[in-house]
Amino acid sequence: MQERVAIVGVGCTGFRSITPESSYKEMVYEAATRAYTDAGVDPRRDVESFVTVAEDFHEGTSIFDEYTPDQIGGALKPVHTITGDGLHGIATAYMLIRTGQFDIVAVEGHSKASNIKTLPEVTAYAQDPVLNRPLKLNSHFIAGLEMNRFLFETGTSHEHCAAVVVKNRYNALNNPVAPYGADLNLEDVLSGSMLSWPLGIRETAEHADGAILMVLASEDKATYLTDKPIWILGAGWNNDSAALENRDWAHAIYAEEAARMAYRQAGINNPLEAIDIAEVDDTYAYKELQALEALGFCREGEAGILTVEGFTSPDSGLPVNVSGGSLGMGNLLEANGLARAYEIVLQLRGEAGVRQVEDVNIGLAQSWRGVPSSSGAVLILAN
Amino acid sequence: MGMRKVAVVGAGMTKFVRRAQETPKELSWEAAHMALESCEMTMDDIEAVCLGTAPDAFDGIHMNGEYLSDGAGAWRKPYMRSYVGGGTGVFVPIQGWYHIASGLFDVVMVVAEEKMSSYYPHAQAAFLTIFDHTTERPLKPNLLWIFAMEMNRYMTTYGISKADIAQVAVLHKRNAADHPCALLGDADITLDDILKSEVLAWPVQRLDVSPVSDGAVAVILAAEHVAKRITDKPVWIEGVGWHLDTGYWTNRDLAYPRYVEYAARMAYDMAGIKEPRKEIHIVEPYDPFDYKALHHLEGLQLAERGKAPELYSDGTASRTGNMPVCPSGGLLGVGNPIAAAGLMKIAELFWQLRGEAGARQVPGQPRRGLAQAWGDLMQVGTVVIMGR
Amino acid sequence: MTANIKEFPGISLNEQDFADGKILYNFDKLNGLYAWDTGIGIGSYLASLKNGVILGSHCKTCRKVVVPPRTICEWCFRPMDEFVPLKDTGIVNTFSLCYVTWDVQRIKDPEIPAVIDIDGASPMHGIMHMLGDVDPQEVKIGMRVQAVWKPTSERKGSINDIQYFKPIEEK
Repeated sequence: MQERVAIVGVGCTGFRSITPESSYKEMVYEAATRAYTDAGVDPRRDVESFVTVAEDFHEGTSIFDEYTPDQIGGALKPVHTITGDGLHGIATAYMLIRTGQFDIVAVEGHSKASNIKTLPEVTAYAQDPVLNRPLKLNSHFIAGLEMNRFLFETGTSHEHCAAVVVKNRYNALNNPVAPYGADLNLEDVLSGSMLSWPLGIRETAEHADGAILMVLASEDKATYLTDKPIWILGAGWNNDSAALENRDWAHAIYAEEAARMAYRQAGINNPLEAIDIAEVDDTYAYKELQALEALGFCREGEAGILTVEGFTSPDSGLPVNVSGGSLGMGNLLEANGLARAYEIVLQLRGEAGVRQVEDVNIGLAQSWRGVPSSSGAVLILAN
Repeated sequence: MGMRKVAVVGAGMTKFVRRAQETPKELSWEAAHMALESCEMTMDDIEAVCLGTAPDAFDGIHMNGEYLSDGAGAWRKPYMRSYVGGGTGVFVPIQGWYHIASGLFDVVMVVAEEKMSSYYPHAQAAFLTIFDHTTERPLKPNLLWIFAMEMNRYMTTYGISKADIAQVAVLHKRNAADHPCALLGDADITLDDILKSEVLAWPVQRLDVSPVSDGAVAVILAAEHVAKRITDKPVWIEGVGWHLDTGYWTNRDLAYPRYVEYAARMAYDMAGIKEPRKEIHIVEPYDPFDYKALHHLEGLQLAERGKAPELYSDGTASRTGNMPVCPSGGLLGVGNPIAAAGLMKIAELFWQLRGEAGARQVPGQPRRGLAQAWGDLMQVGTVVIMGR
Repeated sequence: MTANIKEFPGISLNEQDFADGKILYNFDKLNGLYAWDTGIGIGSYLASLKNGVILGSHCKTCRKVVVPPRTICEWCFRPMDEFVPLKDTGIVNTFSLCYVTWDVQRIKDPEIPAVIDIDGASPMHGIMHMLGDVDPQEVKIGMRVQAVWKPTSERKGSINDIQYFKPIEEK
């Protein structure tokens, strides 16, 4: 068994609302080339296994794994696809290297949301076909239900959620790969139209296209390839109730359980003390607050208050979503978790440019697979 | 640095039927429940769940893995779904294997489920969407085309006849008559029956193909120290391998599945097998079409290229022969619920190597078996070697 | 295990149960519309088909010409930016005679899908298309064929700008 695994290379294409000039293969190739150059490896010679994350309906092609190997250098090599978020992909690569059978594994995820003309319908096809779909509701209704219960049980206010949008989209202005940076105030956010009350349109991340690839390596190879390996201290993932009918609507239990698993591996008892920087799911603004509580950074009902007090701003106690999160970088479908991890890697390497936070040694990335799922993952990294 | 040993300790499956009353979640549950009962465990003992199911298009459910998660026992547990097309059935135990071999988990449940009958009017039409959306789909391709073209290429390259190939269907369907879950077992089927069946896409005839089915299979995997506590007959996973070839299938020679060879070599290396033909006692290659079993036996290095039919004609492949092939009856006999079919082969080896396969039992106390699946556009090979 | 179990789970239904109204079911039709960006590789391929030319691309490192063209060589992982016009003739690598449509309707005259290795591309590099204007029983692997194009005005930049491939008359 090979216990220590590090991220040794990362590459992304940058994210935009449309990417008409490249096919998904060409877009992924760009991210792959950057990552392999960053890691200093030749995928044909050095990378021993490849993990991709994708969902057929997002691609418009069944058995999508058929089309994954060529553009990541995996043709006629061990490649497989996980229907999960990018962090599930990283956890998979982590497990593969730990078996001792593989030293270098690549993980790829991408979004071509702009190519899905009927994205709301496609998203709705994930709802239970017998019990929920006949209601013919736009899937955002699930976020609306959850947000309502979350506000009710935790005492979080609407303004608290809006503060997340203000922070993250402002952070995105400093992120050259983020398309949705904006300098908004609370009123701007709250005056947007309603999507599914109490969820407003400006609290919902817009989709974007783009691709990310990461290279992971075992300890021996990692220290050989780079002088800035980013170690995986813990990886956790969990699924809560698949059915809407028996959910805990206020709490992100899957995030609590995934975090518990990751903290246990990392030997972390006090997350707020141990973690220097976090990138969490903010597909909907309230999700960031729900995640902070689920991850144990604060007690129930406190996340909103901490946000308006500025505790989660880049220059404060626990910088959260310095990258801009999904609200700033775009909802990247399966690649969301990779985008969260990407920022943590850059920060821990000291390569985050204008966004660089001082003295960061341990970072956390968390993701959620979006409505109607209750599936999420947590990754803890250290330099 | 030693590799952590992983064993299969329990298995369960549903019948493979043309159309099941059960929903996909219920099928998963039935198989998982049976697997747990078979080794007297409960969900509390299971630390993670791995699920395999083929394209979401069949069920018409996006993010099908999430939908099935509770049926597979993944409530409040770490859960992931993997896929490599048809190869998924033998890949998902590999996924379970790396969960445990990584040291992160000690006991994992592996479930493979398929409900193809939901697709209306016929599941085969859903396969249209596996072809490239821009360069191939406008031709309105049919899944049968790609199999028929590969079969033709294989036959023409090596001078193999339809009768040579039909032997496979006869043996597998006769074997399946002894499988309690089989859809197409037939103890009396003859070569003539196969050769006289309706031509679907020449050279493929109706009885050369395994039909659309519903079903689910589950196995329980455990780390060595746990496996030895649960059962006195753990079946070890000795080697795993998988390889995915390029998506440009029209740029490859379809006569030989090199991706199966590379997957097999990966597994043989891990298992320390130097002479597969002597060291593998039972082989369950993937047989959605009869010629595929031959194609795969060659890729697995268990027969020379173009010579696999001889294994059938000289009796080697029969249950009492030197290297029984598909004693379960394979997909041709038991049925083809895509992901579940591959895992069925793993379950079969589990039962065979423990002497629990009843009427299908291969005599002589076989100690080592190989299960293989294939998938995608003639593209992926997945191999698992199990041993006692 | 199977030696001991008498009854495996799973309840089989048959079509008659549905016709007799004994089964409750739920019906839905999916609406999935996608507009896939073709990018440079396939975009060039389609534009070229509109002009009546089958395009390939050349990898300098591997020294081969592939079709359909792509901007990435999957073998050496280098970019490919050299497009090469190929001939519109080729050899049948394999084929089938299909009597069933994609949505499982029986037809009398078979459709003839084939993989055609295109002249000008490296050996064993071809595309899938249909054969036409030929007696199904006469089709052989190794047969030389020629593309039959749609008239210029009807071409749209699609694989269907080629109607089918037909045998080249031997002189």
